[in-house]
Amino acid sequence: MKRSTYIVMAVMALLFAVSWYFKAATYHGNVMSPLVAGFMITLAAFLTLAIISFVYQDNPFYKFAEHLFVGISAAFWMCQSFWSTIVGNLIPRISTGLSKYFGQPYRDEPWNFVYWLPVILGILLLLRLSSKIGWVSRWALAFIVGTTAGLSFIRYLRSDFMEQISSTMVPLLAAGNSGESLLSNITLSATGPFVAMLTNWVIFLGVICGIVYFFFSKEHTGLFGRASRVGIWILMITFGAAFGYTVMGRITLLVGRLTFLYKDWLGLIS
Amino acid sequence: MRRQLPFILVFAFGLFMIFQYFVPHESSERAYEFLLDWTTIIGIFALAVGIWSLVSVTIEKIKLRKPAWQYSFFTLAGLFLMILFGFTAKVDGHWGFHFYTSEGLQNPMFRSFFDYILTPIQATMFSMLAFFIASAAYRAFRARNVLATLLLIAALIMMMRFNPFLGPVGPLFEKTANWLLNVPSLAANRAIIIGIGLGMVATALKVILGIERGYMGK
Repeated sequence: MKRSTYIVMAVMALLFAVSWYFKAATYHGNVMSPLVAGFMITLAAFLTLAIISFVYQDNPFYKFAEHLFVGISAAFWMCQSFWSTIVGNLIPRISTGLSKYFGQPYRDEPWNFVYWLPVILGILLLLRLSSKIGWVSRWALAFIVGTTAGLSFIRYLRSDFMEQISSTMVPLLAAGNSGESLLSNITLSATGPFVAMLTNWVIFLGVICGIVYFFFSKEHTGLFGRASRVGIWILMITFGAAFGYTVMGRITLLVGRLTFLYKDWLGLIS
Repeated sequence: MRRQLPFILVFAFGLFMIFQYFVPHESSERAYEFLLDWTTIIGIFALAVGIWSLVSVTIEKIKLRKPAWQYSFFTLAGLFLMILFGFTAKVDGHWGFHFYTSEGLQNPMFRSFFDYILTPIQATMFSMLAFFIASAAYRAFRARNVLATLLLIAALIMMMRFNPFLGPVGPLFEKTANWLLNVPSLAANRAIIIGIGLGMVATALKVILGIERGYMGK
C-alpha cells in the first residue's frame, strides 16, 4: 500500500475514535451499554460511507465492508436456518430426547419417522466435501432437482401460462363496469365503458404483439413484422416504467441512508 | 449406480410431483407436503456445505496470498463472531455458549450486528445502484429513435409520479403513471411471463426426462 493510503487510514481511525467517544457520551437508550451503542452507530456510519466511496473508485474501505458483509451474512442465515428449521421444525418431529435437550415440545404426529429420510439425504449431501465418496451427494441433489422440476412444471404451466392467457381473453366490445351501454354513452370517463373497452384492446393487442416479438421462428416481415414492431413499443414503455420505478426505489433507500447519517449519526436533523 | 440412480430419482420424484396435482386426495396432499418439507431440510444441509466452502476458499486465499488476501481475515472474523453471538445466550442469569436454546437469536450483539452492519451495508449497496443506473440512463436515454424516446418518456412519467413538488400537475402524473403500470406494462409483462412459463415448463420436462443433465456435474 502507498504512504497516502496509510495516512488516510490513520485519519479515518482517528475520526472513528472521536465519533465513538461522542456517540457513547450522548447515548441515552437502555438496549445496550453506551460504549457498545457508540461503537455500533459509528461502525454503521463508517460502513455506509465505505460503500458509498465505491462511487469514486474501488478502495480498501469498500473492500473491507464487502468482505465483512460476506462473512456476517453467511453466518446470519446459518444461525437463522439452524434455529428455525432444524431446531424449530425438524427435531420436534424426529426425537423426543433431542426435543427435550433443545427445549422444544415434541410433536407426536403419525408418519413422523419419514422426516429421518431428509436427514439421511442431508448427510449424503455433506459427503460432497469428501473427494472419495463425494458422488453419493448426487442422490440428495437428484431428489431436490426432481422435486423442484415436477413442482415447477405444474406451477409455471398453471400460473405463468394458462392463467395469464385466460386473463388476456377479455371482452373487447362490452359495457363498462357501471353497466352502461357502449353506443348510447360514449364518454372519456376513466370508469366509463369506452375507456374500459380501450384498456381491454390495449391489453389484448399488447400481449399478442409482445409474444409475436419474442417469436423468432418466423421472419419479422409484413403483418407479422408490424405486430412485432408494436410489441417492441409496448415492451419499451414497460422497460421505461420499470426503470423509473426502480430508480425511485433506490433513491428512497439512499434517502434512508442519508437520514441515518445526518440524524442518527451526526444529529444534524431532528 | 453412480450416474443411473440420480436420473431414476429425478424421474420418479419429478413425475410424482406432477401427478399428485391431478390426485386431490388427502394422502397425495400429505405426501406433497412431506416432500416440500424434505426439500427445505436438505436445503439447510446445502447451506452448511456452502459455509464450509466459503471457509475453505477464504483460508486458501490467505494461504496462497492471492490478490486482496488481507481482507479475507475480516470475512472469517465476521463469520465466526456472528456464529458465536448466534449461539450465545443468557440462560438462568448466566451468559454462555449454548446449543440448546434459540435465545442466541435474541442476543443483543447478534441483533446489533444485523441492525448496524448487515442492514446498512445491504441498503447502501442497493441505494448505490441509483448512481450506476443514472450513468447508464445517460447513455441509453438519448432520444435517438422512437424506441429510446418511448423508454425515456415512460421513465420520466414514472419518476415524476413520486415527485412531491409538482403541485397541481402531480395528480395528472399519478394517473398517467398508474395507467402505464396497469395497462401497457401489464400487457408486456404478461407476454414476458407467458414466455418464461413456457421456458420453465420445457426446462422442467427436459430435467425430468434426463435430457438436461448439467446438475450432475462432470
